[in-house]
Amino acid sequence: MSLASGSLSAESFAESGAEREGHASDPRKSDGVSGLWQSQERRRRRSRLRLFILLAVLFSSFVVLGIRMISLVDGQSARDRTSLNAAGLPRAEIHDRNGNRLAINLKVASMAARPREMIDPEETARSLKRIFPDLDDNWLHRNLTGQRKFVWLRRQMSPEQHQAVRNLGEPGLEFGERYIRLYPAGSLAAHVLGGVRFGEEGLTGADLVGVAGVEGYFDTMLGDPERNGKPLVLSIDSAIQSTTRLILERGMQVVGATIASAILMDVRSGEVIAMVSLPDFDPNDRRSLAETKPEDPARSPLFNHAVQGIYELGSTQKLLTAAMALEHGPYSPETMINVTSPLYTQGFRITDYRYYGPEMSLRDVIVKSSNIGVARIALALGPQIQRGFLSRAGFFEPVPIELAEASGARPIVPGEWRESTTVTVSYGHGLSVSPLHLAAAYAAMVNGGVRVRPTLLKGGDLGSGPDGKKRSQSAERLVSARTSATLRDFLRGVVEDGTATIARGNPYQIGGKTGTADKVNPSGGYFKDRVVASFASVFPASNPTHVLVVIVDDPEIDIQGEAKRTAGWTAVPIAAEVVLRTAPLIGLRPVLAPEGGVPDGILRAVAPE
Amino acid sequence: MTGIVFGPVAVSAGEPILPRWWQTVDRWSLACLLILAQIGLVMALASSPATAERNGLDPFHYFHRQAFYTGAAIALLVIVSMMRIELLRRLCILGFVVGLVALLLLPVFGTGFGQPAKRWFSLGFGSVQPSEFIKPCFVMVSAWFFVAVGKLGGQSGERISLLLAIGIAAILALQPDFGQASLFLAAWGVMYFVAGAPVLVLMVLAGATGIAGVVAYNTSEHFMRRIDLFLSGEPDPSSQLGFAVEALRNGGYFGVGVGEGQIKWSLPDAHTDFIIAVAAEEYGLVLVLFVILLFLVITVRSLLRLARERSPFIRIAGTGLMSMFALQALINMGVAARLLPAKGMTLPFISYGGSSALATAILMGVLLAFTRTRPQGDMEDAFALPDRRGLRAN
Repeated sequence: MSLASGSLSAESFAESGAEREGHASDPRKSDGVSGLWQSQERRRRRSRLRLFILLAVLFSSFVVLGIRMISLVDGQSARDRTSLNAAGLPRAEIHDRNGNRLAINLKVASMAARPREMIDPEETARSLKRIFPDLDDNWLHRNLTGQRKFVWLRRQMSPEQHQAVRNLGEPGLEFGERYIRLYPAGSLAAHVLGGVRFGEEGLTGADLVGVAGVEGYFDTMLGDPERNGKPLVLSIDSAIQSTTRLILERGMQVVGATIASAILMDVRSGEVIAMVSLPDFDPNDRRSLAETKPEDPARSPLFNHAVQGIYELGSTQKLLTAAMALEHGPYSPETMINVTSPLYTQGFRITDYRYYGPEMSLRDVIVKSSNIGVARIALALGPQIQRGFLSRAGFFEPVPIELAEASGARPIVPGEWRESTTVTVSYGHGLSVSPLHLAAAYAAMVNGGVRVRPTLLKGGDLGSGPDGKKRSQSAERLVSARTSATLRDFLRGVVEDGTATIARGNPYQIGGKTGTADKVNPSGGYFKDRVVASFASVFPASNPTHVLVVIVDDPEIDIQGEAKRTAGWTAVPIAAEVVLRTAPLIGLRPVLAPEGGVPDGILRAVAPE
Repeated sequence: MTGIVFGPVAVSAGEPILPRWWQTVDRWSLACLLILAQIGLVMALASSPATAERNGLDPFHYFHRQAFYTGAAIALLVIVSMMRIELLRRLCILGFVVGLVALLLLPVFGTGFGQPAKRWFSLGFGSVQPSEFIKPCFVMVSAWFFVAVGKLGGQSGERISLLLAIGIAAILALQPDFGQASLFLAAWGVMYFVAGAPVLVLMVLAGATGIAGVVAYNTSEHFMRRIDLFLSGEPDPSSQLGFAVEALRNGGYFGVGVGEGQIKWSLPDAHTDFIIAVAAEEYGLVLVLFVILLFLVITVRSLLRLARERSPFIRIAGTGLMSMFALQALINMGVAARLLPAKGMTLPFISYGGSSALATAILMGVLLAFTRTRPQGDMEDAFALPDRRGLRAN
């Protein structure tokens, strides 16, 4: 009975009759047979209760098992069917702004071997070598004749290869299917698109995972079955992108540069119409490039110089110094600035490219690109205004564009802002930003003064970020509309009688600012004879719709026996050619008559030869 | 005791055996068992050609054997369920002694059919797995010891039965066959629980089981690997577990179609331990849920009948048999559904295997014999039983 006492409480809970409980509470005091009967009865009741507990436990176990089975089939299938299962929806396509397909999906066969089930592994290895000459003999032999259960042979095959392998009739070869990502335009918008790799893979299919570009940035969204195949529409225009790329490539060869980039962007909506970085790559074959890691990642074709390239952009930055002077200081375009050379600051000696006399107007400081002029302005304004302005222009943060790499492209900002820093930053040294930073800032300077956030999505509204949160174009004002108009005039002045006169005759009325920055020598200091030439341009200058930034890295061109490296001889002609070829595609009419007279507008189109 | 207090309850002499059996047996459970056996046959047809082909045998080699075993099992089930309790008890005690000896001799004469765990005796025409046959015998012997406690002046039988359980579990764990070992311990625990174990002792036992598990994990590589595999989250798609879950997902609600399943070609234990995965892939979730329902019906009906039972021996032994059966089904399907770590355990009546089929038939035959309707000394019995019999006669 000692065993029973432990569970007395559970038992009395079950017992309902008070009369019976009284008897049962102490069976030892009862006598003989009646006591035995009662103890048996108690035992039976407790046993019954426990049987019901057991029943409940087993019942719920079976129910849990059933629910688990249902959830395995029901819950998990949604994810699998769409990505892993070839029968499901493929990754969403990527289109350009006109509906041209930049990234599509293709169903192909994959092949694996089950060596243990092979009839003749040796012969199969030889046959496979004939069909796929790139397979390694030793590798094939080792893997097919060994004890491995499963070996991936081919993750993707052409239909012809598939048929050829099928004809071998080897039961140890197993076939699956999967979607692969194709970029029909090849390297056209390589850096924008980025690329994909295979994620979780099986014979029934493989997940595609975006690794770079918009594929990487919108990876979750593109693979989301809820999207139901709705394509992602980019702001890129294939024709303009293609033209820009061709001209930049040719121009790069002419000026002898190895690296170049260009960004064409709408000044109001921030839509990037074209983005080129050279050298580029074929996103269909990204893998082979990704595997060979060069010592300097910036040398890899995968590197997007337009976004990831962080440069000291030189004189193009002077426009911003002029902008802060007009906006925050007692300056007008005609304010005379002391440009007596040289200027000493903290022991550094600042000079100009040429001697401009004792003083010149603010407009001329920009048009002629005087280092001393902007340095004196910056010193007068002080670091507070300078830093605040640059910060609002977004120069201290990565540009939040929809590319996987963008968030890592952080500008190099001086840690300690001394007097000399104020001076050098005023003409574009000591602060390194990307070409995209520059394009965004110029767009804001000329569009009436409103800051724009560059986007790769069509429509100007920024759609949603990778987390699905809605992003919106801020209406933050950087400069007043009046200042903006003045700056447009400055930019046109640079082209008309400043450092970019080579673009003067361009019928689309280009305005812009050149920049020729000495390249940083990795072993310290600056190169004397190597530069980064940039041209930040807007067109048409009177009412700009687009901004075009062209950067050529380390150019040198021979003009009548003289080595020219400045932007006016390198970046500007390329930019002018890009404008000339792409403006008609954008839908712009020529603004300038060839001789600078009143434009004849529509007559030009119908004028007889 | 029932006999002493209430007089003999045996079937009256001269009464025809079959009609009496048919009226008193749990026909619902019997039907469920027969359906399970049929499903097992169909599944053998679906899954075993793949295994046969792998082993270089005639495609229907295993199916023919399974068909024979299923027939034998059904016959055995019916015959055993007709036997008298006393006879069953005597046979099982005899069987227990034989089984224990067989189990002890396994390391010497046994074979593992290529696997390190020696679990079978090879007997020319087939093989016998003593651990399967000892299950019903062990339950009966244990119950016998438990009941001895209830008697005046009885010995403390549960200690002896615990020693038996631990002994068998230890032998099985050394094979190693942790699945079966834990099954014996669990069945013993359930019987002890129903026999009226103090809650404190039960808690101590649960703790001891946990500690034993930890010790096993740390000392046995075999055990550790399986637990690690289970704990590793998403299963490696090329592992057995990964294949089983993949099969479930492939099958969906209504399956990919008869003979269309792929999993049986890749899973080495498709026809035994992972039969439910094959069923899920070819016939879908519907069949899986139906199988679960069949097991559930058998469990619930048997336990309800046992709850009415007055004889402690029948109650305890019946519960032990029941839990052996139900736990084995739960563990097998729980592994396939990734609720439990991988254990080598067959799905009663459905998995391929002669020993498993025949031993389960004996187990359930005994249970059916135990759950037959018999007078329980309640007032209603005095009226209900003859009355019902009278109605049938008309």
